Amino acid sequence: MLSRTADNLYWLARYVERAEYLARILETTQRLTAMPLDQSRSTNEWETALATAGCAGAFYQAHDKATEEAVTHFLAFSPDNPSSIRNCLEVARHNARAVRTALTMETWDAINTTWLDLKRFGHKSASREELTRFLQWVQESSLRFDGSAYRTMLRNDAYWFSRIGLYSERADNTARILDVKYHLLLPAHEHVGGPVDYFQWAAILRSVSALTAYHWVYRDSVKPWLIADLLILNDQLPRSLSSCYENMVQNLDRIAAAYGRQGPPQRLARSIRTKLQNTRIDDIFQGGLHEFISDFIAENNRLGAAVTQQYLI
Amino acid sequence: MASAFDEMTGTDGGVRDPYEALSTWLGEVNPEVLEVRRREAELLFRRIGITFAVYGEAEATERLIPFDVIPRILSAKEWRFLEQGLIQRVKTLNLFLKDIYSRREILRAGIVPEDLVFPNPVFRPEMNGQKVPHDIYVHVAGIDIVRVDAETFYVLEDNARTPSGVSYMLENREIMLRLFPELFARHRVASVEDYPDQLLATLKSVAPAGASSDPTVVVMTPGVYNSAYYEHSFLADKLGVELVEGNDLFVKAGLVYMRTTQGPRRVDVIYRRIDDDFLDPLTFRPDSALGVAGLMSAYHAGNVTLANAVGTGIADDKAIYSYMPEIVRFYLGEEAILKNVPTWRCREADHLSYVLDHLDELVVKEVHGSGGYGMLIGPTADKATIAAFRDKIRRTPRNFIAQPTLALSTCPTCVESGVAPRHVDLRPFVLTGRDRTRIVPGGLTRVALKEGSLVVNSSQGGGTKDTWVLDR
Repeated sequence: MLSRTADNLYWLARYVERAEYLARILETTQRLTAMPLDQSRSTNEWETALATAGCAGAFYQAHDKATEEAVTHFLAFSPDNPSSIRNCLEVARHNARAVRTALTMETWDAINTTWLDLKRFGHKSASREELTRFLQWVQESSLRFDGSAYRTMLRNDAYWFSRIGLYSERADNTARILDVKYHLLLPAHEHVGGPVDYFQWAAILRSVSALTAYHWVYRDSVKPWLIADLLILNDQLPRSLSSCYENMVQNLDRIAAAYGRQGPPQRLARSIRTKLQNTRIDDIFQGGLHEFISDFIAENNRLGAAVTQQYLI
Repeated sequence: MASAFDEMTGTDGGVRDPYEALSTWLGEVNPEVLEVRRREAELLFRRIGITFAVYGEAEATERLIPFDVIPRILSAKEWRFLEQGLIQRVKTLNLFLKDIYSRREILRAGIVPEDLVFPNPVFRPEMNGQKVPHDIYVHVAGIDIVRVDAETFYVLEDNARTPSGVSYMLENREIMLRLFPELFARHRVASVEDYPDQLLATLKSVAPAGASSDPTVVVMTPGVYNSAYYEHSFLADKLGVELVEGNDLFVKAGLVYMRTTQGPRRVDVIYRRIDDDFLDPLTFRPDSALGVAGLMSAYHAGNVTLANAVGTGIADDKAIYSYMPEIVRFYLGEEAILKNVPTWRCREADHLSYVLDHLDELVVKEVHGSGGYGMLIGPTADKATIAAFRDKIRRTPRNFIAQPTLALSTCPTCVESGVAPRHVDLRPFVLTGRDRTRIVPGGLTRVALKEGSLVVNSSQGGGTKDTWVLDR
């Protein structure tokens, strides 16, 4: 398959995944700010949302203050933010159009319909109700895209490259949430845990659609170190770093088998996977949660570069 | 201008044979049903993403070509006649190109004036003496045909470079089959769906001598911003080959490769939908970012086949067009089966004075223009436009040809007020390979949706119809 085609598929999946992630961040933030939080707290949740989305730098170039309206607009609709939901979906569709021949009718239809529907939502910030509908719609669109790819695409390199894109993005997203909120998860934090913290913890879980999952897995009240365990090490949670890398290794191995050749991406992915498998949450806290997450983000980026080097250019 | 020949009702208002079943059906069908299906068709087109780009319109970078749900019908007999004429025409185009780029007998015989060839920007000196596999230059031709009465078809224009529209032919049929199965049941319509197979067989048959027995074919596109991008991706998909852009290819040691996830892979045949000018920045436009550096050297070495060949523009040039009847006679010793539209060449003094005297009756075309731009339609133009054109023609007469305004045939078409006749043309696609010439029955019918309009170009608001060739 053409390297450019593989590259487009990889980024197509990444952008759809990112759009969904942004939608969940906005939803969670909306929810958090609706809570009767202690007014004396200095954290601005909208600032946090920007950091989690990795867009704070770009935002402050054009804005002074992270207000709800400005951040929502910036993350959801702004044409000036290359990573706004709107732009993610535009780029995804552009990529899809460039590789139409590698997509099934259903997968193309999912992304093209999303793009056509996107026009219904204006560029302007919407009312809260409209925004809620929009965010719901983004998540449904992503489900539809993902589902149609899963159900209709041939299991060949086209599919595997798009999955690799998806898991790179998903791992990065989960890691970013942890990176921004890690201080809430430190064990020392427990004694100050009040209702405010509970909202925060629940918000973290919600942003990876794992609030219910948490209770199923741990059968326990929400404890910060267990949240970290779930998001980092638990294979059962589809958005955990461990689960992402289980899939990453699997898809890279399929490519290696089909092409008859192992390369740096396979080796790197396997080493990250092994590390996640052989680590306990206590070790992570001992070595520093923040350091662990920073390292992971860097490693995940290195893998992206290796995949690009080996296959996409 | 005489009143137009209607393909359903003829000139006497009766119903012509091929349209009998359609006419009955149109009489029975509820107009609302037609409207509902029309909207359904539009929805399908949009969802499939069959769009084209209109240059110069910032907002509408992707637009739908309006689709008319009433098919245009040709009888088996009419089609047999057209088919023979098309085969003869394309054979001539290929012989002409071979001659122009080698012995130039037609110039020496004085049939075509030299000054229409050598200074012409679409003539490619790089092709002089270049061998192309099996002497085939035009592998894919789109011949635009108009009809003026029951018997008379004219070739309006030959397209020997990168003719587009075949995806519409195929998608129109798909959508009609989906929306109007009951109408198909009343007819025996010849199938067009094997066009991609025919195209692939044609392309493989012209692979370079050194290629493997299963040559690698690719479709080359200028990219997603090209107006015909949908078609390029559609064809690559149906052919089951890679859709490449210039950056996907590179040339090494005289061979062409594409960059794949498994490393470089040799390419044998390039069905290129990119103009000569952009093919290779080392040979043609140095600023082209769409091409492949060194592609022409691989081509000259005979290591890759380009379809169509480089330099075919000289065969479909509007200035050369008017000589086609003589060209057919020169190479084949036959009369042209498909007539040319009578054409005045402004380069000839007596033609020029006739044209200048009759501008209000004639259609004047610039010989290098395309897409309905740079054209004067005398009968509908105002005085100022005519005067401006008169000056343009006087300044460089050789750039212009003129033709009578033809009463193009009409077909019943869905318009706002119901079903009404609208003018149509036809673009059949002719494939020429080593083994034989292939033409799928039908082609793309374009229709001028505005009442009285003769301009069918999609860039000028024309639409398309499914074209049915009856099996008997």
